[in-house]
Order: sequence, then structure tokens, then C-alpha cells
Amino acid sequence: MRDLPHTEAQIAAMLAAIGAPSVEALFEVIPEAARFRGTLDLPAPLSEPELRRTLQQLGRRNTVAGADDGPLPFIGAGLPRHAIPAAVDGLAARGEFATAYTPYQAEVSQGTLAAIFEFQTIVCELFATDYANASMYDGASATAEALLMARRLTGRPRALLAAGLHPEYLQTCRSYLSGLGDEVALEALPSNAQGGTDLDALQAQLGADVACLVVQTPSFFGVLEDLAPLAAAAHAHGALLVAVCTEPLALGLLQAPGRAGADIVVGEGLGLAGPPSCGGPGVGLFGASGAKALRQLPGRLVGETVDVHGRTGYVLTLSTREQHIRRAKATSNICTNHALIALRFTIHLALLGRQGLRRLAALNLAKTVYAQRAITALPGFSPRFAAPFFNEFAVRVPGGDAAALVSHASRQHGIVPGVALGRFDDRERDTLLIGISELHRREDLDRLVAALHEATR
Amino acid sequence: MSQPLSGLLHHERPIFAYSSPGRTGASLPACDVPAVDAQTLWPAALLRDQAPALPEVSEPQVVRHYTRLSQWNMSIDTAMYPLGSCTMKYNPRLADWAASLPAFAELHPYQPEDQLQGALQVLHELEGMLAALGGFARVTLQPAAGAHGELCGLMMIRAYHADRRQQRRKVLIPDTAHGTNPATCTLNGFTAVELPTSGEHGVLEPDTVSAALDDEVAALMITNPSTLGLFETHIVEIAERVHRAGGLVYMDGANFNAVMGKLRPGDIGVDAMHFNLHKTFATPHGGGGPGAGPVGVTAALEPFLPIPTVERAGDRLRLDYDRPRSIGRLRSFWGNFLVLLRAYVYLREHGAAGLSRVSELAVLNANYLRVQLRELLHVPHPQHCMHEVVASDRDLRPLGLSTIDLAKRLIDYGFHPPTVYFPLVVPGALMVEPTESETPETLDAFVAAVRAIVDEARTSPDLLRSAPHLAGIGRLDEARAARKPRLRYQPDADDPR
Amino acid sequence: MPNPSDRRYTKDHEWARRDDGRVTVGITAFAVEQLGDITLVELPAVGTQLRAGQPFGTIESVKSVSELYAPLSGRVAAINPRLETEPELVNSAPFDTGWMIAVEPSGDELEQLLDAAAYTALLQDAH
Repeated sequence: MRDLPHTEAQIAAMLAAIGAPSVEALFEVIPEAARFRGTLDLPAPLSEPELRRTLQQLGRRNTVAGADDGPLPFIGAGLPRHAIPAAVDGLAARGEFATAYTPYQAEVSQGTLAAIFEFQTIVCELFATDYANASMYDGASATAEALLMARRLTGRPRALLAAGLHPEYLQTCRSYLSGLGDEVALEALPSNAQGGTDLDALQAQLGADVACLVVQTPSFFGVLEDLAPLAAAAHAHGALLVAVCTEPLALGLLQAPGRAGADIVVGEGLGLAGPPSCGGPGVGLFGASGAKALRQLPGRLVGETVDVHGRTGYVLTLSTREQHIRRAKATSNICTNHALIALRFTIHLALLGRQGLRRLAALNLAKTVYAQRAITALPGFSPRFAAPFFNEFAVRVPGGDAAALVSHASRQHGIVPGVALGRFDDRERDTLLIGISELHRREDLDRLVAALHEATR
Repeated sequence: MSQPLSGLLHHERPIFAYSSPGRTGASLPACDVPAVDAQTLWPAALLRDQAPALPEVSEPQVVRHYTRLSQWNMSIDTAMYPLGSCTMKYNPRLADWAASLPAFAELHPYQPEDQLQGALQVLHELEGMLAALGGFARVTLQPAAGAHGELCGLMMIRAYHADRRQQRRKVLIPDTAHGTNPATCTLNGFTAVELPTSGEHGVLEPDTVSAALDDEVAALMITNPSTLGLFETHIVEIAERVHRAGGLVYMDGANFNAVMGKLRPGDIGVDAMHFNLHKTFATPHGGGGPGAGPVGVTAALEPFLPIPTVERAGDRLRLDYDRPRSIGRLRSFWGNFLVLLRAYVYLREHGAAGLSRVSELAVLNANYLRVQLRELLHVPHPQHCMHEVVASDRDLRPLGLSTIDLAKRLIDYGFHPPTVYFPLVVPGALMVEPTESETPETLDAFVAAVRAIVDEARTSPDLLRSAPHLAGIGRLDEARAARKPRLRYQPDADDPR
Repeated sequence: MPNPSDRRYTKDHEWARRDDGRVTVGITAFAVEQLGDITLVELPAVGTQLRAGQPFGTIESVKSVSELYAPLSGRVAAINPRLETEPELVNSAPFDTGWMIAVEPSGDELEQLLDAAAYTALLQDAH
């Protein structure tokens, strides 16, 4: 094995130093009743050339749309696809970043610490929150942790979830809250005809036992929500507003959740950090505002300080919130987070910069509006919601079977036109969720429109 | 802009400090569709009124900045990194190559399943390999990290008891455990009950467990080998007693690198265990993550696995979301796929014999350090260890020095410090895990550095107290950081350096 | 730093000194030395009823969190307002400006606590 450096002579010398007759003797401390004496049922080892071929064969069993200059899939649904500059890949692949661990020893981890400090700043800027942590696993677990934090801050059990929350985030919140007592309740709010949160339904549900309202914008359906009246309604009852954003690019144009009154803002950053990666690893973004929030944040925080010579440096700080110190009373159990994806996010946002973010967002909006107008003009297609959207929109398809349409378009046209929402909610079987980004050229959008037209004629 | 510290190391300010209005590092396609204006399309309330203060820098500036930052890190690629309990072994480049293949990286998990058969094949085979290694019926690949795996495991254990109409609220945890174990209990509404391991042998005694067992106990959470680097020799007896009392056994697999092919937890009474793929299976730690924490379970827990599972249906693989007794899900999509893929590469490269050899050499390396370190430092359990050895600062304290001073001085000798002040049961602990991928020559150099530092402790203790001297930055004021937290860049407070 | 003889002590390393009708409470220099650099002191609201031996707050250093235990029962009449922004006072002057709370005692538990000599002996025995 090429990663195992020991020669037989060295092993013999080491055993002599230890005073053990054999390597096997080092395992005699394991009682015989616990020992495994069989042979592990694993495939035979492969050399690098063999393993490369195996992986390429496995890769060929996947369909990478766009590979032959066809359109990329029109799928976002919590994981939008954007162009990732080669510089992001090159820098984040550096072994000094990739093969270090949690920066416990600050003096030899200033690179990671400084990058996280920048990440925290960028998240604060995007969300307009006072604080941001060093990352969570993904947007779904970050949402669940936000809910738990709102419970700690308010001492209240219930949470109200807007209809536009990603269905897998809703499932994650349910699992995270299981076990925390019978009084814990997650209640889903209906949406109004526009696709936003129904304010009357919200008012009816708000009460003195509600910890927070959770609202995603752009929603799972791409719909933009005006958070300000929702924040006002929640705050009037002493509840917090948790905003969720799975498409931070929207924040180049869209009002920052913190400015609109959100107390905790979470999101998924993978769309701007890397390729869809078959779903992970992504990076959970977590920001919050208010003096009381600081010591209730989950996860790691990096702070600025000075060294003994007065030079600026960075350290992990306020660690007393965390599991390795406060153990059972910690604000979360998270230890390993998603630092390397956070670094990728940071590098890409630094490259885009203030102007690039806004221009890229505008480009995405233009393409999406172009596609949405063309598709909803096709016979039988109609917008599912009337509200403004960002780079995703839902349409009702003629014939009522969006899954069949996806299947037909991908087989006949080599185009994956979106996600059929019946997979999440049977009542939405006639709805197709179409995700667009700057990676779709006009000709791709035209081909999409043509394919949808042909498939439903 | 930045001031050189030496010829090769530079002080680097935050990226925001290099910003100039109007500059950008973006490369955007021209708009090939009619432009639209959000200002006319959206109601005013939706429009951003204050642009985020992102840096305005060119691509060369970005590349230089982050390259310089990287040079301020110690990493496995640049130094021995014996961080106990973290298994900082070599991360094979072939795995990174695999994760960069567009055929995997560019997949969207919501593409039609017939477009994802290769990815599902990877998951299916990886599950099978982990199940074989652990002796488990099934493995969920969904958890994103070890602590996430613990949460997943406890949720399944809760569901198992609820299925039997039992409400059990307590989880027993030895005092050597990682902090994540009790934190996970609280997160899922369990009460953590700490068990002492303070006996002379440093292991958990069956009678200690029995004394705490009652019909409220849902599970025992145990790390084996323990964080003391010791094998929990009574594990079989302990598991039997827990089971007799109606509880289950959860194993924290953080230290599984010590026992691959030597024992299978599922065979000896462990009902669920997480694997840390970033530890045992060499996926990059990423400066703090991402990792992955798949959880293996016995057949009794299988109905409660998170959704989706990967199932074979004829010659195809499919995702099964229809599992009525499932605990649901702990995150979006299926898991940290590209981390899982890297672990798959590691397992396929090593095979059964290779993995056993990995554990043998990891244990050999740790024991080789043990017999030498015990001549230099107090080692509370000097007779044996598995994959890591725990020393303490007992003999340094009379000199007015402590673990942190030794750790920081190691930096000057070119080594990343070991884990310090953990496990908590050893005051001033120094937890050293060399892993199998370090050469005996490097281990000798590490011992020589410790020997030199122990000598310095007697002759010139200030060298330790003021260390590190060669890191480019001195010891940092952590109290100041915590008392007056500055957690983001503030342009008005730009340091005058 | 010697333990002043004008006050009483607990085995948990708190001190308590009668000041007119109130009892001022803090932690000892020995406790501070064990904790290291103090970064945060969390104190109860004025008016809170304390019970002797029960936790009334927490004190944090960079890498530890410890409970503060009430040396006697009574009502919290005042808290040290400076500690919110200057927790380092506990390090620099634990027996003086680093005080934590003032209590209106509900009984005579103060007299049952250790005097300075007994507390100093306790520390020496522990070594």
C-alpha cells in the first residue's frame, strides 16, 4: 500500500523497542470473544489505474446533461447551479487548506481562521445580520438549528412554517424537534393565491407560545416574499422571524432579510460555492442579530484579537457555547462543520464583489423572466403563483402530469425541464418547478420552450 | 499593501482591505435575452436598499490573498499533525481526482433516477463495504459528520423504544467521551448520565454500568477504543448487561481506525455506530470539515433509517422514500456525496487486507510513541495503547509550565501540536495520534523534539512559555477575543499594521 | 494574594462580607487563579431569591464554564454593574472591585461559613 511507509525491518525494530513479539500481540488486549477472525467481505484492492477506470465506468452510468453542448438541467429546488470560477477550485484544493482541521491551534491555523473571519463578514453583509457563524452542514440543518435557537431565546415551544419552505427542510426540522416534548409543534401555514405567506392565517396562529415564524425567500417555488409585514406580525407577539434563503445570489437585488426584520437568517451556499455535487457537501449559512443572540449561536465563531507582539490575528472564540466545553448544556452538538465549502463560498463572493453579485443576479433574473414568459404563453401552461420570482418558477402543465412531462422531455429531447413537484406533494402533481441560471444560454431556453411545446401538443 | 514578515511569509490583511470601488474579479456572460429591471418588475419593498459591502478586487488579488493565507496553515500535507481523536492521516490525491470528475460533481440529486445510476451504485457499494466492516445489517450515508451521526443514531434508538411503547429518557456516557455525546443527548431530549472510568485501568467497568441501569435507560454511548487510547475490554459483558435491561448500545466510531478487521462492532452487541469518513477513510478535513458520519445499524433498527435509502430493483437502483417507520431526514438530499465518493475510493484501493494493515500500523506507530514518550513525560496508562497515547503535564507543572507551553513549543520544531486538555479525566492531557501514514523516521523526529523541549523546560522554561517563536505570529490573546468579540471585518477599525 | 480576614469563605471558593445590612459576595483569588482569564460573568437579576448552596450565576474563562454558588440565602439587592463590560476586574481585584452581588440575607448563615484562617488552611491541605 502506497500510503503505508513501514518496511519490514522498521516494523521489527519498532516491535523490539515496544517489547512486543508481533504486531498481532498489540491486539491481544481485545478479548477473544470480541475479536473478528473471519475475512472481511470486501472487493479486492485496486491499483490507481484500475480504480480510475472503475470510476470512469461508474461515471458513464450517470447522465451529465450539458456534456454534449445540450442544455443543463433546469433544476434548482434548493440547489441552484452557477458558474464556479476555476480560481475557486484551484485555491480551495490547496493542501494547506484542505488537509488541515479545525483551527484549535491558532498560531498554525491563521489561514483557515482568517478565511472564516472573511466568510462570517460576507454572510453578515449578505443577510444584514449582526453575527454569522463559521458554517453549518447545510441549509436544512441550519434551519433546524435556527428553530432550536429561537426556542432558547424565547422559551416558547411552537414554530410556524411558511408553505414556501423547502419540503426537505421541513422534514429535517420535524426530525430535529422529535424527542423534545409533546408541546413542541410545527405548524405549516397555507400560502395565499400569490404564493406568499397568508397574513390572515399567520395572525390566527400567532400566540404567546410561538417561538418563531420560518419563511423562505425566494421560496421553494421561487416566489419572493416581503418579509417586513411578516416580521412585524411575529414581533407583535414576541415571536422571532427566521428567514431561509437557498439562493443567496438573489440578495444581489432582493432586500436583505435582516433589513426587513428577520432575527435569524439561514441558508444554503453551495450554489455559489461549487457544482451541485449530487447534493453535498454544501454549506449552511447562519446569521443572527441582537445582543441576546450572540451567546445562543450554534457552532464555531472566529474572532479577531492580537498576539503577544500586538499583531492582529484570529482565534476560535466564545467556545464556551460549544459541546467540547459545555457538553450537555451546549447550544448545539455540531463539531465538524463545512469549512472548506465556506472557503469556496468566500472566494467566489470575493471574486464577484459588490458589482459582480448585482450584475449576476440581474442576469439570472432576465433569463428567468424570458423563459417564464415564453413558457406560460404556451397552450395549457399557466403560472402556479402570481407573485414576483427570482430564478425559479412553478407552472401548471397541460395534461396534469408533470412527472410524465419530465420523463418524456429527458428521453426524447435530452432536456430535464424541471422537477415534478408530485414527488414532494401529491396535490402538486400538475406542477413543474423550473430553475434557470446564467449557465442557460438563450438557445437553451428556446430549446426548453420548444421541447415543452412539442411534448404537450 | 502587505508588509513582508520574511522573504516567504507575509502579513496579510482581510480581503476587504484590498478593495477599490469599481474593481471586480467576475467574468460574466453578456445578457443574450431582453434585459429586465427589478425596479420595475418588483414592488419597492422587495428591492435591496443597501448593497452588501463585498470586496472589490481582481482575480490576481484574490489568488495571491488566499494563496498567502494558505501558507499560514499547518496541514497534513506540510507536517505531522498528531491531533488525537482526529486521525490526521494522509489524504490520497486519487480521491480528490474522483470528486472532481464532472460525471459526479455536476450531478443534481433531483435529476431523474435513471440518470444517476452510477452515483447510486457508489452509494450502494459503499453502504455494503461499511456494513461488512462494522458487521451491520444496513448503513445510512446521510449524516454530515460524526455528531450528526450520533444524532441520527439516538433518533433511531428513540424510535425503536417508542415502537415498543417505551419511553426511555436516559443515555449513559463514560466520562472519557467526546463533548458531542452529551450535547447530542440534550439536542434530542435525552438526559446524559455520566459514568466514571476513574479506575486504575482507565476503562469502563461492567458494575459501573449495572449500577446506572434501570428501565429509563435508552442506551449506552461508548467510544471504543476510548479517548484514552485504551480498548474497552469489558465491551461484550457491558453490552449484554445493557441489553438485558432493555437498552441499546451506541458506539462512537471516532477511533475505528484502530480496529478495522480486528473486530466488528455489530458482532459484539453494538446496535448502532457512526463511522467518521474524514478520519478512518482519509477524506480531507477541510480546515474543519466537511466530513461524513454514516451510521451502521443492526436489523432491529433498520426500519427507522432516515429516508431515502438506496434499494436494488432488478438491474436498477432506486431511492426509497416510502419507509413508514423512518425517523425522517437530518438534512437535505442524500448526504455529503463527494465525501462519500472519496471514502469509496479509499476503501476500493485498500481492500480487506489493506484496511487491517492500516489499523495494525496505526496501533504500531502509537505504541512506538508510547514507549518513548513515557520516558519523557508522565503517561497515565503506560503499559498499552491502541491508536493513540495520552500523556500529561504532571511533571512539567512543578516547573511552572503546562501542556499548552509544550504544545506551542512543538510548533517551533515543525510539528502540529497534539490534542490538548482532552480527555478531561487526565489533567493537562496531551493526546497523540500519529496514524499509520507517518514514517518511523518522522516519529523519531517527533520524539526528539519532545525530548529537546523537556530539556528546555528545565534549562530555559521561558522558551516554552513564550512559544511559538517561528510561526510568524506569537501566542494570541484569547481572553481579549472573548471579552470584546469582533466577529467580522469593520472598515473603520482596519488595523494600522 | 492573602485571604482578607474581614469576611467569610465557602469550600466552593466564594467569599461573603457583611457591609451594613447587606452581604457582598465574590470569588477568591485562589478560584480566579484556577479559572484563568475571566471572559464573562453572568449574574442574576436584582430581586432574585437565592438559596444557600444553589447556583446563582456562571463564570466563564476562555475554555471553561463554572457555576457560582450562593454562600447564603437571601434576596439579590445589587449586582456589580462593571462586570458586564469589564469581567477582567475579577482577575485583577477579586476581593475588591471584582465583587459580584450584594445580598439581603434571610438568615444567619454567614456566621457558619469559614473564617479566613480556616479557608487558608483548607487551601493548604489541598496541596
